[in-house]
Amino acid sequence: MESPLVVIKDVSFQYDSQESLALNQINMEVYEGEWLAIVGHNGSGKSTLARLLNGLQFPKEGSITVAGITLAEETIWDIRRQIGMVFQNPDNQFVGTTVQDDVAFGLENNGIPVDVMSERVVDALKKVNMDSFLDQEPHHLSGGQKQRVAIAGVLALKPSIIILDEATSMLDPRGRAEVIETIMKLQKQDKITVISITHDLEEASRADRIIVMNKGEVYREGTPNEIFLMDEELIKLGLDIPFPIKMSNKLREKGISLGQQYLTEEELVAGLWTSHSKM
Amino acid sequence: MDISLKNVEYRYSADTPFERLAIQDVNIDISSGSYTAIIGHTGSGKSTVLQHLNALLKPTKGTVFIGNREIKAGRKEKNLKGIREKVGIVFQFPEHQLFEETVEKDICFGPLNFGVSETEAKKRANEAIKQVGLSEEILEKSPFDLSGGQMRRVAIAGVLAMEPECIVLDEPTAGLDPRGRKEIMDLFYKLHQERDLATVLVTHSMEDAARYADEIVIMHKGTVLQKGTPNEIFSDPERLLAHGLDVPDVVRFQLRIEKTFQTKFDRICLKEDELINMLAAFLKRRGAQ
Ligand SMILES: Nc1ncnc2c1ncn2[C@@H]1O[C@H](COP(=O)(O)OP(=O)(O)OP(=O)(O)O)[C@@H](O)[C@H]1O
Ligand SMILES: Nc1ncnc2c1ncn2[C@@H]1O[C@H](COP(=O)(O)OP(=O)(O)OP(=O)(O)O)[C@@H](O)[C@H]1O
Ligand SMILES: [Mg+2]
Ligand SMILES: [Mg+2]
Repeated sequence: MESPLVVIKDVSFQYDSQESLALNQINMEVYEGEWLAIVGHNGSGKSTLARLLNGLQFPKEGSITVAGITLAEETIWDIRRQIGMVFQNPDNQFVGTTVQDDVAFGLENNGIPVDVMSERVVDALKKVNMDSFLDQEPHHLSGGQKQRVAIAGVLALKPSIIILDEATSMLDPRGRAEVIETIMKLQKQDKITVISITHDLEEASRADRIIVMNKGEVYREGTPNEIFLMDEELIKLGLDIPFPIKMSNKLREKGISLGQQYLTEEELVAGLWTSHSKM
Repeated sequence: MDISLKNVEYRYSADTPFERLAIQDVNIDISSGSYTAIIGHTGSGKSTVLQHLNALLKPTKGTVFIGNREIKAGRKEKNLKGIREKVGIVFQFPEHQLFEETVEKDICFGPLNFGVSETEAKKRANEAIKQVGLSEEILEKSPFDLSGGQMRRVAIAGVLAMEPECIVLDEPTAGLDPRGRKEIMDLFYKLHQERDLATVLVTHSMEDAARYADEIVIMHKGTVLQKGTPNEIFSDPERLLAHGLDVPDVVRFQLRIEKTFQTKFDRICLKEDELINMLAAFLKRRGAQ
């Protein structure tokens, strides 16, 4: 495998107001161009990890390296230039008084020339279907619209790493699939690295790799196939079994034989078809 | 207590250059003890409708009846406290309803405000925090020192502690982990059944709408597209899909099976086990032929 783009080494972190560690001895690597999903129960430390990556908080112990640069007070701006982050609550992220100003704000900060800027702003808002809201105040949007604008803000920046912290939690399932699809296309095309924190197991099952967090620690790391083989163990971790696997298990209980594990509905239906069409 | 919206229209920032028509011609009846789910796209007007149910927003046209109160467009309303006490809303963003310095004070705020004694309020807070799956220790923490999902749970606990007659939930499970999502939805359903608590749920989960609601209302571009029981709403999945709406996983799975095997089962199944039974029997018949 190629050398990792992000290396998190023995990182621990504790909030001042808390008695226990929010993150305990985290070791993790993120590879260039991959889609990494981070899942885990509420309070398991996912957002804290994202804040550390973005230099909003600093580890109490351990180190974080992004593209060869070690994260510290002096390097924080070099690192932030490479990372675009969408926060869990979009309201905390808006700075502009209109949707287009808000998206432009980040570009201005990164010294993008004005003529390129307006084109990029509209382009990014088009990608998330929000180009008809250019002059609306971001706080005066519906929940899902806010999330779309927050995502556009990051897409416009064209960073090399995108961190999504439950960035699509308020979109309808189809809207969510569309936005994820759009980001996946950009990811492939521009070789962007995506770290997606999510409670949506369907989305996680499309990732290249999944990391499961539990009580501030990395519980397991693997491909979606490996992770979802954990079955009942997932429920203990606050997670659930994805729908296609749940249906497969129920079919097996009814005596229907299925050769392998299917992660998507398409695969499951196709599998049923091949095993039941030739008879 | 019944709530109904009659020909309701709402414009944000009415009579300013920023005026925006959000909903119009909306008619919805919520009878006491019922469970209603409201579904629809981003921006279709769901949250706007919800805020009329406890008079946080007042219609710019039409009338909202809440119990024996009548909220009419263009009329000043006084003393809405009685309404707020009976109709509890869990907002789409939990941060919007947390403001006290500790979680306990936050949860007690509603009950105290409505005249409950301090001892009783604290007792309710203690009970509510456990109901939403958090430990008592969290009561002493600041609500802003919590993870997103923990804040969501605290916001829900605050509304439960008010012991309202009607509970209005705006995507209450967004941000919850998958197990928490199921536990909280089961909790709402239990309260709905045990206390006859009228429940209005805005959700993007077609599974939850199908599983829990007596009636589903589909919002589309600011108007009501369709109303009906889950069976009525999902009996014609192609129509929903054509409107860019979703159907429960189990329905989508059935459609995929039917298409691949070029068959039609005699009904649309909303329950997983029902479909599995039908599918297993079908596959075995095929095997036997
Ligand atoms: N600003 C803060 N101050 C103090 N403690 C915090 C703060 N934010 C989070 N915590 C605590 O740190 C732990 C980890 O929280 P974190 O937000 O990283 O969880 P998470 O995995 O993102 O959870 P969720 O799925 O609910 O968003 C939790 O126990 C939480 O209570
Ligand atoms: N405060 C506001 N000021 C002006 N317009 C608003 C405001 N809040 C919402 N809107 C607009 O009203 C319409 C309906 O918004 P609403 O929040 O009711 O949608 P929703 O169905 O709840 O969507 P979502 O699923 O994204 O939360 C949207 O087009 C939105 O942009
Ligand atoms: Mg979080
Ligand atoms: Mg809404």
